[in-house]
Amino acid sequence: MSRLAQDEKNREQSAPQPGGAGSSSERPGGGLEPAGGEAGFRGPVAGRPRKGMFGVSGSGDASGYGGLRLPAYVPPAAQRPFGGWFDEVADNLLAALQEKGLPDDTVQQITIDRGEITFYIRGEHLVEVCRTLRDDPALRFELCSSVSGVDYGPEVPQRLHSVYHLTSMTYRRRIRLEVAIDWPGEGDEPPKVPSVVEVYPTADFQEREAWDMFGIVYEGHPALTRILMPDDWDGHPQRKDYPLGGVPVEYKGAEVPPPDQRRAYT
Amino acid sequence: MTTEPLSGAATGPDPYAESRETTEGRVYTVTGGDWDEFIGESAGEERVVINLGPQHPSTHGVLRLVLEIEGETVVQARPVIGYLHTGIEKNCEYRTWTQGVTFVTRMDYLAPLFNEAGYCLAVEKLLGIEAPKRAQTFRVMLMELNRISSHLVFLATGAMELGSTTGMTYGFRDREEGLHLLEFLTGLRMNHAFIRPGGVAQDLPEGYREKVLQFIKVMDTRLPDYDKLFTGQPIWKQRLQNVGYLPLDGCLQLGVTGPMLRSAGLAWDLRKVQPYCGYEEFDFEVPTSNDADCYARYLLRLEEIHQSLRIIRQCLDKMEPGPVMVDDPKIAWPAQLTIGPDGMGNSLEHVRKIMGQSMESLIHHFKLVTEGFDVPPGQVYVPVESPRGELGYHLVSDGGTRPMRVHVREPSFVNLQALPALTEGGLVADVIAAVASIDPVMGGVDR
Repeated sequence: MSRLAQDEKNREQSAPQPGGAGSSSERPGGGLEPAGGEAGFRGPVAGRPRKGMFGVSGSGDASGYGGLRLPAYVPPAAQRPFGGWFDEVADNLLAALQEKGLPDDTVQQITIDRGEITFYIRGEHLVEVCRTLRDDPALRFELCSSVSGVDYGPEVPQRLHSVYHLTSMTYRRRIRLEVAIDWPGEGDEPPKVPSVVEVYPTADFQEREAWDMFGIVYEGHPALTRILMPDDWDGHPQRKDYPLGGVPVEYKGAEVPPPDQRRAYT
Repeated sequence: MTTEPLSGAATGPDPYAESRETTEGRVYTVTGGDWDEFIGESAGEERVVINLGPQHPSTHGVLRLVLEIEGETVVQARPVIGYLHTGIEKNCEYRTWTQGVTFVTRMDYLAPLFNEAGYCLAVEKLLGIEAPKRAQTFRVMLMELNRISSHLVFLATGAMELGSTTGMTYGFRDREEGLHLLEFLTGLRMNHAFIRPGGVAQDLPEGYREKVLQFIKVMDTRLPDYDKLFTGQPIWKQRLQNVGYLPLDGCLQLGVTGPMLRSAGLAWDLRKVQPYCGYEEFDFEVPTSNDADCYARYLLRLEEIHQSLRIIRQCLDKMEPGPVMVDDPKIAWPAQLTIGPDGMGNSLEHVRKIMGQSMESLIHHFKLVTEGFDVPPGQVYVPVESPRGELGYHLVSDGGTRPMRVHVREPSFVNLQALPALTEGGLVADVIAAVASIDPVMGGVDR
C-alpha cells in the first residue's frame, strides 16, 4: 500500500460520522445509503451518495475535503395536513382506489416539495390509477401534460423512474405521478412499466421518447418504436452510463477536454 | 442510391420519375414536374404510399410524412421525426445551471425567449427565489415580442405553403421588425440566452421606450394588411375553412394545447389560468373560436398578435425602476454589461473590482463561473404558454451544480401527434394546410 493510500485510509478511520460532531454533512448517513437488492419499497432514492469534493480523487488530499460524505437524497414523505387542495386530492384519490379494490400500498408515498405534490405509485396499478384520476368527478385530471423518464445513475437502486405530470383543467390543479422501476433486477429483464396510452392517447409519442432515450419498455403501447434516434440505433442515449461524446478542442494553445471529461464540481 | 438507368434501355436514361424494384414493391422518385410520367407508369395501382419530406418546402422543416393515398384521398398519415435531434436535454446534464440557458434557447428556435423563461422559472422554483419585479416585467415584454415574431412566421410560412408568396414576404418583413427590436433589447436576433436564473442578463438599454413605441406603431399600421390580404379572401377561405378539423374532445385526448385547443372552444391559456411572471396584472383577452378548423387557428393567431401588442404597451407603463437580477452574489452573474470594441459584453465596473481591488471577489467570480451554484435536490415542473401551447420544464436536481435531468414538454412535439386525426380522410392538398395550422417547429419537436 502506498503512503498516499495509507494516509487516505487513516483519515477515513478518524473521519467524523456524517451528520455527527465535526462533520459538515447536514444529514446523518445511517439508513439512507441505498442498500440495493432487497425487495420492497424503502422510499425513492433520488440522487447518488457523494464523497469528497471538487470531483477530485486519487490525489494527495491536503484540504480535508476528501473525507466529506453526503448520503443520497431521498424525498421525504409528507405529513398530514398537506395544506391547500393537496389533502382533498389525496383523500379523493385514496378513497376512489379503495372503492375499486386496489391494495392499500398502491400509492407508496406522497411527497410535497416546492408546492408540488408527487404520488409514488406501484407500477402494476398505474393504468387503473390514471383512469381513476381522469374519470373520477372529484379529481378530473383530463390532460396528461408530460411523460418523462429519469435516470439517477447506475449506483442507485430502482435507478429508472417514469414521471407523469397530470393537469386538471376543471379544477386547475397539477399533480405528479412517479413510478420507480425495479431495475436492474435479476437476469437481463428490461425495465418495464405499463403503458397509459389507453387512458391518455397523448402519451403515445412521449412514451416512445422515453423508450428511445431510457430503454423503458411501456407494456401495452400500440407501437413502441424509436422516435428520435434512428431505428437501428444501439443503446439508449440519455442513460447516465451512456457517454455524451465529443472531442478535445484546442483553444489558444490549451486543450479543452470534451464536456463529459471536464472536472465536475457536483 | 444507384445511378444506373433502371427504366427501359430503349428510351435511354430517364432522369425523371426514376423507379427501382425493392422488397416493398416498385419505388419511384418523383421530383416535381414529372408526375405525369409516374402516373403513366403506375396506372392501375389504387393505393400509393407517398413519402413527403424530410426535405420539402411545404413540410415546415425537416418533417417527413408517410402518406398512404387512394387517388387524392389520404387513407393513413404518419409523421416521422428525429432528423433534427441534437441531444440538448442530455447536453444540459453536463453544464452548470446557468449554461443550460444557452442550450434550451436553441430548441424551439422561433420562440427562444419562452424556452429561456420556462427554464429559468423552473431553476428559480428549485432554488426558491424569485426574480425582481423589473426583470419579470421585462421578461413579459420580451416573451410577447417573441410571440408576435413567432406568429408572423406562422403567417409567412403558412401562406407560402399554400402558394401565397405575398403573404410570405409580408410575414417575414414584419417579423424582421420584431427581431430588430429584440436585437436592440437583448443583443441578438435569435438564441438570445438573455433570461438567466435570477433575472435577466442586462438592464433595458437607453431609449427602449421610443423604440418599442415605434415598433407598436409600425405593427398597428401593418397588421390590417393581413386582414386585407387573407381574412376575406375567397381562395384563403376555401383552402382553410372546414379543413383540419379537430374538436375539443380530440384535443384533450391528444394533449393538444395552445391556439389549436383554443380554436376548439376552450379558453385555456396558462397566462390566464395559472399566471406566472405577473401576467395576472395585465389586461388582455384570450381569443377563442368554435370552428376548430385551420381558418379559426389563423384568425386566433392574428388576434393574439393584437393582444400581445396590448400587453407590451402595458409593460412600458408597468416597468418600475430597480434591479434586474436577484441580490444574491452566489447566483447572480454581473448584470450590467457594456459592449466592448470586440462586440462582447463586459461589466467594466465588475472587472475593475475583481482585478484591481478585491482578491475575494475574484475568487467568488471564478467559482461562480466555473463551478456554478448548487441547487437543492428535488424536482419541479413549470409550464409557460408558448406560441404553440404548453411548454413545460421538468427539472430534476440531485443537489449538485449540474442538472440531473432536464426534460422539456414541447408543444410542437405533442401537437404533432394530432396530424393523423387532422388529415386522414381528407385530400393531399389539405395535409399541407393542416401541418401549417399545427405550426410545429422541428427544432422543438426533435430537441
